[in-house]
Amino acid sequence: MNIHQQIAGNKRKTYIVMVLFVLFISTMAYVFGEAGSGYGWIYGIIALVFSVFGSFGSYFYSDKAVLALSNAKLTDKNRDYDFYTAAENMRIASGLPMPKLYVIEDQALNAFATGRDPEHGVVVATRGLLQRLDRSDIEGVVAHEMSHIKNFDTRLMMIVAILVGSVALLAHFFMRSMFWGSGNRDKGKGGGIMIVLAIVFAVLAPIIATLIQLAISRRREYLADASAANMTRNPEGLASALEKISVDHAVLQTATSATAHLFISNPFRSKEARSWFTNFFNTHPPIEERIKILRGM
Amino acid sequence: MNTGLYIFIAIVVVAGFVWSLYNGLVTVRERIKEAWSGIDVQLKRRADLIPNLVEAVKGYAKHESQVFENVTKARSAIMGATTPKQAANADNMLTGALKSLFAVAENYPTLMASTSFQNLQRQLEDTEDKVAFSRQFYNSNVLDFNTKIKVFPNVLIVGMLGFTAVEFFEATEVERENVKVKF
Repeated sequence: MNIHQQIAGNKRKTYIVMVLFVLFISTMAYVFGEAGSGYGWIYGIIALVFSVFGSFGSYFYSDKAVLALSNAKLTDKNRDYDFYTAAENMRIASGLPMPKLYVIEDQALNAFATGRDPEHGVVVATRGLLQRLDRSDIEGVVAHEMSHIKNFDTRLMMIVAILVGSVALLAHFFMRSMFWGSGNRDKGKGGGIMIVLAIVFAVLAPIIATLIQLAISRRREYLADASAANMTRNPEGLASALEKISVDHAVLQTATSATAHLFISNPFRSKEARSWFTNFFNTHPPIEERIKILRGM
Repeated sequence: MNTGLYIFIAIVVVAGFVWSLYNGLVTVRERIKEAWSGIDVQLKRRADLIPNLVEAVKGYAKHESQVFENVTKARSAIMGATTPKQAANADNMLTGALKSLFAVAENYPTLMASTSFQNLQRQLEDTEDKVAFSRQFYNSNVLDFNTKIKVFPNVLIVGMLGFTAVEFFEATEVERENVKVKF
C-alpha cells in the first residue's frame, strides 16, 4: 500500500464514518421514538437533520473544538523560536503549506496534529515538550505530526474523535445510568426504555470499538514515523524524542478519552487509569517498538 | 475497414500517453522551479546576514583582512550565481569562509557573549538548516524528473517534447576541495 492509497483510504473512511453516524443516530431516534410515542418518524427526521448538521459541523469545525478542548494557544516565532523554525524547516522539506502552531501550557510531554487538509493544518505541542526536547528532537516530532496532516490522517482522526466519540459517550452514559440509576427502573416506561437502551449500547460498544480500531490502525503511526525520518533525514531526532517522551510520566490534564488517540503518545500514562472507554482509543503501537524501528533505519 | 479502426485506436492510445506524460513532466518541472526559488530565497537571506556579521567581527579583529575578504567574495559569488551548480559552489565557499570567520570570533569572548552576535549566529544557523532542507526538496524533485525522462519508453519521446535533464543542487568535487579553513 503506497502513500496515495493511504490518503484515498483516509478520505473514503472519513465519509463512511460520517454517513454511519447519521444513519445510526437517525435509526436510534426512530426506534425509540416509535417505542415511546408511536411518532418515530418525527424523531427520526429531527435526528436526521441534527446529525447531518453535526456531521458537517464536525468536518469543518472539529479542529477548533479540539484545540479549545485541549486549551491550546496560538504561538509565533518570537515566543517559540525552536518550534516555529522547526516547522518552517519541515514545510520546506515536505513542500506542504506552513501549519499553524499551538502550545498547551502543560508540563507533560506530548504533541498532536489536526486539520481537515494540509491548508488547514495545525500542529500542537505541550510546553513541557518544547522545554525538555532539543532542536532536532522537536524537528522529528513536528515532522511526524506534519506527516499525519499530509496523509489526511488528521481529517479521519478528527471525525472519529468527534462523531464516534459522541456515540461512545452516549453509550457510556446509558450504561452508567443503568448501573447506578436503579431508582428509575421501576417507574414504568421511562425506566424500561433506559434498560433497552443500555442493552442496545452494550451490544454496540464492541462494534464501535472495532470501528475505531479499523479507522486508527497502528500502521499509520509507523507510516508517519517513516515519513518523518524521510523529511528530516535524521531518524535519530524522532527516536530520541520518543525516548524522552516514554520515560516521562506526567499526565496531560486537558486530554480526554476521545482525543487521546490524536497524540503522539498515549496521554494517560498509568495502566490502572484506563477504563473500558479509554481502551477504545488505545491504538498506539508500543513506543519501544517505534524507537527500535527508527534506530534501525 | 478493421485495419483503419485499429490504426485509429493505436493513434488515440499513443496520443493519450504523450498527453499525460507531457502534463506530468510539466507539473514536476514547475515544482522544481518553485523548489529552486525556495533555495534562492534562503541563500539570499543568508547572504543578507553576512555584512552585519563581518562588521561585528571586524570591530574586534581588524587585522584578519584575508578572512573578511574570503567571506565577502563568497557572498558576492552567491548573489551572482545563476545556475544551481554555481550557487551550490558559492554556498560551499561561503560555508568554508564562515568557518574561519567564526574561528577568529572565538578568540574574543566579549564578542561571543554579546546578544546581538549570538542572535546573528542563531539566525545564520537557522538559514543554513533551511538551505539544507530546501536543497533536499529540490534534489528529490529533480531526481523524480530526471528518472521520468530517462525510463523507457519516455526516453524515446521526451527529446521531441523539449525536455532535458535538470541539474542537481550540488557542488562540483574540485570546488569542494578548494574550501580550506586557514588560520
